[in-house]
Amino acid sequence: MRYMMLIYESPAEVERRGDPEGRPYIAAWQAYHKALVEAGAYVDGAPLKPAATATTVRLKEGRRQVQDGPFAEAKEELGGFMILELPSLDAALDWAARCPAAAIGALEIRPVDAEFHGNFPHP
Amino acid sequence: MRSTLSSRWRASYGRLLAYLSSETRDLAGAEDALGEALLAALASWPRQGVPEQPEAWLLTAARHRLIDQARRARVRDTHADTVLRLADETAGTATSGDSFPDRRVELLFVCAHPAIDPALHTPLMLQTVLGLDAGRIAQAFLVPPVTMGQRLVRAKRKIREAGIPFQVPEERERPQRLGAVLEAVYAAYGLGSDEAPGVDPRGRELSQEAIWLARVVLTRMPEEPEVRGLLALMLFCEARRAARRSPEGRYVPLSEQDPATWSGESIREAERELSAASSLGRVGRFQLEAAIQSVHSERARGGRIDWDAIVVFYEHLARIAPTLGARVAQAAAVAETRGPAAALMHLDTLDGAAVSTYQPYWAVRAHLLRQLGRAPEAIAAYDRAVGLTEDPAIRKFLLERRG
Repeated sequence: MRYMMLIYESPAEVERRGDPEGRPYIAAWQAYHKALVEAGAYVDGAPLKPAATATTVRLKEGRRQVQDGPFAEAKEELGGFMILELPSLDAALDWAARCPAAAIGALEIRPVDAEFHGNFPHP
Repeated sequence: MRSTLSSRWRASYGRLLAYLSSETRDLAGAEDALGEALLAALASWPRQGVPEQPEAWLLTAARHRLIDQARRARVRDTHADTVLRLADETAGTATSGDSFPDRRVELLFVCAHPAIDPALHTPLMLQTVLGLDAGRIAQAFLVPPVTMGQRLVRAKRKIREAGIPFQVPEERERPQRLGAVLEAVYAAYGLGSDEAPGVDPRGRELSQEAIWLARVVLTRMPEEPEVRGLLALMLFCEARRAARRSPEGRYVPLSEQDPATWSGESIREAERELSAASSLGRVGRFQLEAAIQSVHSERARGGRIDWDAIVVFYEHLARIAPTLGARVAQAAAVAETRGPAAALMHLDTLDGAAVSTYQPYWAVRAHLLRQLGRAPEAIAAYDRAVGLTEDPAIRKFLLERRG
């Protein structure tokens, strides 16, 4: 099954990524990513720029509503995502628990809807 | 459904459903297929006779229906391929006798999975492993049948769509995961344990079902001491079921029960399970609770109750599983060894918000205040206890004590 891991981290942690004190965290992420790839579970993924760079768009009565900031304000922000191919939710829970972000933030695991995956209807 | 079928069906239903759903993770689909197979059996068995291997017959019939479902759904559902592959792989199983893998324990771990709302662990077990209908489960949980039905449908959908696996968790996760399974089984027991005998036989039925579930787990996991501990605890409680009410329906507290009315057979079995559990050398919540009941059972052998031992067990229990019930019972035990004043001090350490609606707390507190000669406070506490009681027999008992 294919799962999406939504990685939630504190804004401070996301900001620190480039700083020297963020290095151990980055190193842990690199090791984790390597383990995922070697286990054949990793499909795709990326870190995201801080939530302050987010822009939210809605169409209300035909008019574009553009808003500065993420869709939902929260203490922890969406800091990145991964797509993993795994046999079950338990396997996904195991990988989520190993993720460096799990100790400082949270991971949301969502099964990818196989019915539509890669089959978005094109005009 | 259950009343029209033999006791054989009871054991068969959970085994068939667990096996049919374990590969597809689709409980609802397997339930439908099994239900249709059963209807077919009810139509054909009376005319053509019960087949030599009824389970194999039902399994084959249900699998054909699953395959039909899968063919219809193939274009839009990836599970369909799993079903069709499973059908090929297991084509020989159903006809080779009533022996197919027992995956009920895996199903219990699915029902009590941490990704499922804990409030639904017990209802899911009752419906899937025991085949109870949603209406009966709703009655036990005091919610409308439609509501319970919707919750169960949503939970089964999550199991399928989130990909919750039908497997016994790996060793590292097992203690915690098994704990959730046992908690849910014990909750099923609790649903039936407070009913007066003869008043509502359905309450008693749920207690029996819970004991049966514990036996199912024990068969697969004989080396898990907490499974034996839970079975022992339920058997000790079950042994005293008849003694909890006088022939006139009055509530009889444990200390006033006549041990001659306890079931010696259940107590002996409970003692055997508890001693087998303790020989495995890993103590746990259910073993401690069973050990406390075992000390109380000494009265059946003419012995006196060793309250010091009970206090030690409660102290240990308060460290590993500090439930409100255990803490209040601990105070009652402290009263026996160190007197009512010490017991009252223990009660005063409990969280005020949590105890405000907890009936046993007020009943014990009232009893202690009475012993200390603090009559007005005792009466006020009895009133709180009476006001929080659901059971009419206990309400009557408390009102008599209050005076």
